[in-house]
Amino acid sequence: MTIKLAPAKSRQPGPFAEIARAFTGLRREETLAGYLFLLPNFVGFVVFMLFPICFAFYIMLTEWSLSKPPEFIGLENFEVMLEDRLFWKSLSNSVYYTVVAVPTGIFIAFWLALALNRKMRGIIFFRTIYFLPQVTLTVAAATIWRWMYQPNVGLINYILGLFGIEGPNWIHHTAWAMPAVIIMSNWQGIGSAMLILLAGLQGIPEEYYEAASIDGANGWQRMRFVTLPMLSPAIFFVVVTSLIGAFQSFDQFLVLTNGGPADATTPLTLYIYNSAFKFLKMGYGAALAAVLFVIILIITIVQWQLARRWVFGFEDN
Amino acid sequence: MSAAMGTQKRKTRFGQKELLRLHDLLVYIVLSVVGIIFLLPFAWMVSNSLKSIKEIYRLPPTFIPDTMQFSNYIDAWTATTFDRFFINSVIVSACIVLGQLFTASLAGYSFARLRYPGRDKIFLLYISLLMVPFTVLMIPLYVQMRHFGWVNSLNAVIIPFLFTPWGTFLMRQFMVTIPRELEDAARIDGCGFFRTYALIILPLTKPALATLALFTFLSSWNSFQWPLIVLGTPAVKTLPLGLYSFQAQSSMRTPWHLIMAAATFVVLPILVAFVVGQKYYVRGIVTSGIKGGG
Repeated sequence: MTIKLAPAKSRQPGPFAEIARAFTGLRREETLAGYLFLLPNFVGFVVFMLFPICFAFYIMLTEWSLSKPPEFIGLENFEVMLEDRLFWKSLSNSVYYTVVAVPTGIFIAFWLALALNRKMRGIIFFRTIYFLPQVTLTVAAATIWRWMYQPNVGLINYILGLFGIEGPNWIHHTAWAMPAVIIMSNWQGIGSAMLILLAGLQGIPEEYYEAASIDGANGWQRMRFVTLPMLSPAIFFVVVTSLIGAFQSFDQFLVLTNGGPADATTPLTLYIYNSAFKFLKMGYGAALAAVLFVIILIITIVQWQLARRWVFGFEDN
Repeated sequence: MSAAMGTQKRKTRFGQKELLRLHDLLVYIVLSVVGIIFLLPFAWMVSNSLKSIKEIYRLPPTFIPDTMQFSNYIDAWTATTFDRFFINSVIVSACIVLGQLFTASLAGYSFARLRYPGRDKIFLLYISLLMVPFTVLMIPLYVQMRHFGWVNSLNAVIIPFLFTPWGTFLMRQFMVTIPRELEDAARIDGCGFFRTYALIILPLTKPALATLALFTFLSSWNSFQWPLIVLGTPAVKTLPLGLYSFQAQSSMRTPWHLIMAAATFVVLPILVAFVVGQKYYVRGIVTSGIKGGG
């Protein structure tokens, strides 16, 4: 026994040998329990996530209308994309939406978090109110706003009229439809950014502000040299998740404007949806989705790279 | 914060205490104005849901309806099969919440506590797929649903969502912080792994379970894009789909008063769930936020 065991030990055990040993050794009960507990979750994970993702790589290389079997066409979908006016239009719409909605949203969320970060009565009440739109289903929220954006009978143009401003046609106007979606999205989405920033603010020790005050720092300097650096990890997280979220927005575009007028508010996500499920071009839709994924990946990587420069204590983590 | 600057300038005229109080007052005013802006769409929804069709198109608009037309709610409810949509939504959300609590807590315990080969590699795979957007998944998943014959069946919106990488991650992170001694004591007393999980770990994980339950409930109740793809027939539609088709089908003179009534009863359960479970929701956002950031 011992003689046989010695050379086996010196060899690097393969993964299967390792698993086999785990099932027969002292820990076999724990090994068995470990795999069994993981099993229901893992089956779902493999069948409904891992497999579809791998499958997507194949679909994007085919032409497939579902009625006929898929036809392998290599990278043709990506070549078509380069010439596709609607692809570029929807991509630029997504960028426009993201570049405007994310900074304005974080800016407002930041000031709201600052205002809420004090020991006053009723703070939780205000926090709840700012958060209500966030939990409201987007379909309902967009429906309410669609009614409020009506040019003649809508509430928004009525209120603007009270201040002597003649409101635009909002969702029916190519130039105003996107701002309309952005306003509605920020109204709805600010809650979680505000909450994360607020938690970050509450994590800054009071002593830092006291020390800064003793050193003669004024309000602006305390903000610049204490609040912002200490809050930078939270800001970083909010920036990354908001950028990713903005590129993935779909519901409000479909309900509020349905991409119109004249594709002025068709983002990449809606174009993917239309390609696959309206025009039944599965392969092209999957190829577009791959582009969306690569964009999100690049944003995330770039943000992580930039983070070294401005996020406090980034290297430690 | 221009308010804060304003008080800075007046420092000479007020003492420190008055300054603070004035500052607080200004903050309250700003918070209230913003609060009104945030609440306005909800107030407008409720107000319009009680108006008559004439009044809803009348100019200038009124905030308090001349006569409260509560029958709008019944009219909207019966205008289409909202009872069916509601039941479907309840079935879908209940199944997904219970299923996710079960699979995520079991797998979380497995990842956090049990030792076996390949564990950390599998966990890494879970985390790395967290950032794959749903848009990438939806086309192959739809093809799969067609293959299974689940299109236009509630199976398609329930079964693929009975497991959750995000929730598993949440459970694992929470369970890692539970002191090992408690479990060891149970193990020495002869508890098997499943009993240890059910009797020791689960009760201690209640806050995290509540967080996961609330998040999952909200996201499944509000889910729109995927049901839109796989559920076409009215018999299987969920509430968001029902509301969407109700407002999209309307013709010339859109019955906005009924649409607002429908929006009200679709939104209300979610607002109640949030206000009741707010504590857990806030914790979920904050902990996952800090973890994701760090």
